[in-house]
Amino acid sequence: MQSPGQLELNRRDLLVSTAATVAVSAVPAAAQAQNSTGETVQTTRIKLSVNGKPRELEVDTRTTLLDALREHMQLTGTKKGCDHGQCGACTVLVDGRRINSCLTLAWMHENEEVTTIEGLGTPETLHPMQAAFVSHDGYQCGYCTPGQICSAIAVLDEIKAGIPSHVSGDITAAPEATALEMRERMSGNICRCGAYSNIVDAMTDVAGRQA
Amino acid sequence: MKSFSFERAQSPADAAAAAARQPDAKFIAGGTNLLDLMKLEIEVPTHLIDVNGLALDRIEDTEQGGIRIGALMRNTDLAAHERVRSDYGLLSRALLAGASGQLRNKATTAGNLLQRTRCPYFYDTNMACNKRQPGSGCSAIGGFTRQLAVVGVSDACIATNPSDMNVALRALDATVETVKPDGQTRAIPIADFHKLPGDTPHIETALEQGELITAVTLPKPLGGKHIYRKVRDRASYAFALVSVGAVIQPDGTGRFAVGGVAHKPWRVEEAESELSRGAPAVSQRLFADAKPTNENRFKLALTTRALASVVEEART
Ligand SMILES: Cc1cc2nc3c(=O)[nH]c(=O)nc-3n(C[C@H](O)[C@H](O)[C@H](O)COP(=O)(O)OP(=O)(O)OC[C@H]3O[C@@H](n4cnc5c(N)ncnc54)[C@H](O)[C@@H]3O)c2cc1C
Ligand code: SF4
Repeated sequence: MQSPGQLELNRRDLLVSTAATVAVSAVPAAAQAQNSTGETVQTTRIKLSVNGKPRELEVDTRTTLLDALREHMQLTGTKKGCDHGQCGACTVLVDGRRINSCLTLAWMHENEEVTTIEGLGTPETLHPMQAAFVSHDGYQCGYCTPGQICSAIAVLDEIKAGIPSHVSGDITAAPEATALEMRERMSGNICRCGAYSNIVDAMTDVAGRQA
Repeated sequence: MKSFSFERAQSPADAAAAAARQPDAKFIAGGTNLLDLMKLEIEVPTHLIDVNGLALDRIEDTEQGGIRIGALMRNTDLAAHERVRSDYGLLSRALLAGASGQLRNKATTAGNLLQRTRCPYFYDTNMACNKRQPGSGCSAIGGFTRQLAVVGVSDACIATNPSDMNVALRALDATVETVKPDGQTRAIPIADFHKLPGDTPHIETALEQGELITAVTLPKPLGGKHIYRKVRDRASYAFALVSVGAVIQPDGTGRFAVGGVAHKPWRVEEAESELSRGAPAVSQRLFADAKPTNENRFKLALTTRALASVVEEART
């Protein structure tokens, strides 16, 4: 059995069929091995789709989705900030919903579709939210930006889907993409540079074009 | 994080039985509390039982005119559910006041019910903590106590239950449905679900080893105004210093529970009959046996004011 460090996972983008119906097993799903320090580690094979590409990897059961993306798939656009769900730098979209990739395990996303900042647009054809962050200076150092952008896209989707927020006056009514709503909904993404007002401007711009 | 094996449970009874087979096993739902604590090695399960595939993620109507909320329903979906928004607005409001959009997308009903305290000494593995390590002592007593409990405390622990959702469930008289490893099911009233710390602060709920939460039911809607007032150090994305979850009727009567003040959502039914006499009278009943510290005494006044503002809002 290989330990995670020995894997060259970029070359493993194969084998995964489109069948999303692989039966989940009721039997313990991990295998045991020893790492270089003699500690017993348990590993497991997972299949998931990342940015539209099927991926299959073997990971330590402890591997978070964030570490699987960064360390196993070299998708380092998604950032590790606090690693405790407090800062939002690790925000990605899973089956279209934003989550903190640091507080979830890779094997819990079997057959799911993960979208990271790398999957949203390319330098030549930016996603509208990426373009709006650029034109509104929605960042300074840029470290929190991938998480901010993933979150911002999901926030506009959540508003469109009618999901209320803490600041919605009437929670039975359809929410609107006001600055107040966006600020509240983005509170799980911390920006130490304080680019918040420009982020809201970028989102307002995109929301306006979508309306 | 310590190494662990895992399995994906196929049915609720199967999950409970699996947990009973391995005493160091834990269920994992959203993982947003458990993994946080596993990274710090405050929780050290040797086996995880993934319950996400159990199809317990729906709301259904009960024969009594209420609703049954699946244990695995995500906090976002619960808060946004049409019936919850219109009939149990307090629950929607409390959920939306908690955590962040990302976290609510993962957090589940059962996980939220069972989320552990945010006492800073519980989180610091260098410090003594009776909850983390029974018998080791309590570093909070005599330490920094601003965020900690003012009522229902013991000499062993003064931690609070940090959940916003639990405050709403307590005011709404929820019932927690479970299945035990032997396949038996039971329904636990929310009032009996969370425990006061007493001499055993590590025992936080009425659940037995391996017992799985399958659903939470709410009785038929109460009508009235549903208000959740959360007071915290910043306007969003922070735990409550105090919170008040209330349902107030047009005649001024009502019911409420308070968060951030005790080891469980704090409700004193007798205090509710004082509502017509104003918030200070209510507070006096609510906190009759309070034992605040100098650092957290402010929570008494803050609760009184939060209550007054809730009563005021209900009138308008
Ligand atoms: C940065 C941050 C800020 C937060 N802010 C707030 C806040 O302001 N207000 C608030 O209320 N909460 C807040 N939270 C806490 C959040 O609400 C909880 O982490 C979440 O509700 C836990 O749900 P989960 O499904 O992820 O639980 P998990 O982490 O999966 O599980 C938690 C516990 O429940 C057990 N469990 C899970 N499912 C079952 C079941 N079906 N039967 C029996 N046992 C089960 C697990 O074994 C574990 O012990 C915050 C969390 C973070 C990280
Ligand atoms: S208050 Fe409770 S949780 Fe905090 S240190 Fe004391 S025993 Fe531990």
